[in-house]
Amino acid sequence: MGRLRYVPFWFAYLFLYAPIVVLIVMSFNAGDSPYTFKGVSLDWYGRLAENDTVLKGLGNTLIVAAGSTVLSTVLGTLLAVGLARYTRSRLLDAFGLLPAILPDLVLALGLLMFYSAVQFTLGLHSVLLAHTVFGMAFVTAVVRARLGHTDTTIEEASRDLGATQLTTFLRITLPQLAPGIGAGALLAFTLSLDEFVIAFFTVAPAEPTLPIVIYSMVRFGVTPEINALATLLLAVSFTGVIVAQRMTRLTESFR
Amino acid sequence: MTQSVLPATERAVPAPLVSINGVSRRFGDVVALDDVTLDIRQGEFFALLGPSGCGKTTLLRILAGFESPDTGTVTLDGADLLRLPPHRRPVNLMFQSYALFPHMTVAKNVAYGLERERLPRAEINRRVSEVLETVGLTAQAKRRPQQLSGGQRQRVALARAIVKRPRLLLLDEPLSALDKKVRGEMQLELKRLQHEVGITFVVVTHDQEEAMSLADRIAVLDAGRVQQVDEPVALYERPRTPFVAGFIGANNLFSGAATERGLDVPGLGELPAAEPLPAGTPALLAVRPEKVRFAEGHGLLGGEVADVSFYGGVSHVAVRVAGHAAPVLVAEQGATRVRPGATVSLTWEAVDAVLVRR
Repeated sequence: MGRLRYVPFWFAYLFLYAPIVVLIVMSFNAGDSPYTFKGVSLDWYGRLAENDTVLKGLGNTLIVAAGSTVLSTVLGTLLAVGLARYTRSRLLDAFGLLPAILPDLVLALGLLMFYSAVQFTLGLHSVLLAHTVFGMAFVTAVVRARLGHTDTTIEEASRDLGATQLTTFLRITLPQLAPGIGAGALLAFTLSLDEFVIAFFTVAPAEPTLPIVIYSMVRFGVTPEINALATLLLAVSFTGVIVAQRMTRLTESFR
Repeated sequence: MTQSVLPATERAVPAPLVSINGVSRRFGDVVALDDVTLDIRQGEFFALLGPSGCGKTTLLRILAGFESPDTGTVTLDGADLLRLPPHRRPVNLMFQSYALFPHMTVAKNVAYGLERERLPRAEINRRVSEVLETVGLTAQAKRRPQQLSGGQRQRVALARAIVKRPRLLLLDEPLSALDKKVRGEMQLELKRLQHEVGITFVVVTHDQEEAMSLADRIAVLDAGRVQQVDEPVALYERPRTPFVAGFIGANNLFSGAATERGLDVPGLGELPAAEPLPAGTPALLAVRPEKVRFAEGHGLLGGEVADVSFYGGVSHVAVRVAGHAAPVLVAEQGATRVRPGATVSLTWEAVDAVLVRR
């Protein structure tokens, strides 16, 4: 009788993960059909490695993800420190985090209109900057939360002991924030990796990112090759999110 | 060979190290400091004492450089102190929360201030190990602050401040975070250290016992104003304002108008006090519980014993006196023979009662 209590829980979990499990299983399918399983093989992973379009998309995505992560980490950290230490406005605080929760479509349209208004050429650089915008909001949110927990008197203590504001920031504030910054960077990286809507609006047709490549492949039907690709992406994102979460948890126990 | 001809008492007053002159600070409608003028002497242990919100912490932060006054001047060794940013002042602050750097070891925490002065590595190491020995933390040098007890953290904070050899060391409620037993030990330790390093200490506290036992001189602050600056004994025996008379220790206070021999209290008659004020001056008479005695026969006041509490060394007797709102407290050595409900009369020597202008 007691075990029945767990039924709703397991049902919810099944609902959450069934599609993903199917996708992973099918990526190891020996047969051609994406719907019937005919034995285990790594064929589709091998085909993937020979697909030039996919490899080009992967390369583009890595460039965008790496570049936007670096930019959004630096800018997001600065914004978080500014919000936490130099303003008392809750409105500014809220607006700093807004791009993280804004619908992607709104952000994508806005960016496209902005780029054409300033006559910016589209290419990988425009996707990179677009991803920086929302990645930065996530970094800001994580670092800002961390700053809320840090003791500002240790910064005063540093000044009192003869450190300039810059030295205090580098030697005292930054080390305190490091776990939060690392978590924010990983989050920005994984989000950029599989971001579709914003990339689709701001990319040049000649330089598609991986999610766009997948989208154009799917238009001609789902193949186990795509399942294999999705499984790989999933593995990367999953690792990133788990590491980010562990870092923030470490941060909390540190306090 | 020259010899000073000044009497010892006059020679003992050195030039002030810090001069605070007419300092005021408001936060919106709240007046934190109201025209504060104080001198702090070289080498003394000075206490700023007052209830919370009296402005003592604001004054401390002004000295450290984290706050600036709206008006007034502060000089150190005769030079303008307010002009300097916190990191250029020869002043160090020991924070109430200690504010140790959690990502550094004890030794790194202590070395931090010396590294900012760009001293040679060898000198830094020598001074750090010296100061850790002084505060008895040599064995903990490689530990992180989280691995230390409250008393040890406090000693790291102290070591980190004194290793800089500041002209002035500020201590914000230094003992408040410690439990009672450690507090007593640290109190002695602070006094010993101050003696040993010869740095001028300014301690901020709301705890009068702490101030009385630590400080050479105490400034009592209330509502942003300096009430009285005096040595502990003088502060206790000769309060100058009604606030000080009521704040420092237990006191019996009577309100009335001064006469030639004391104070005329409506409903109680004339009560004796030494050092009378001009007749008719509105004043308070303050007399300590330990100075009030039970009289044989007719005394100054008559009443009924309301309560007796025995504390071991002393007994406190509360006597209800008709015409006076608060019970009059009497402190007697040892166990008292007086019982609740007894009718008693009370008396004191005129010389033990103090008059304070209202």
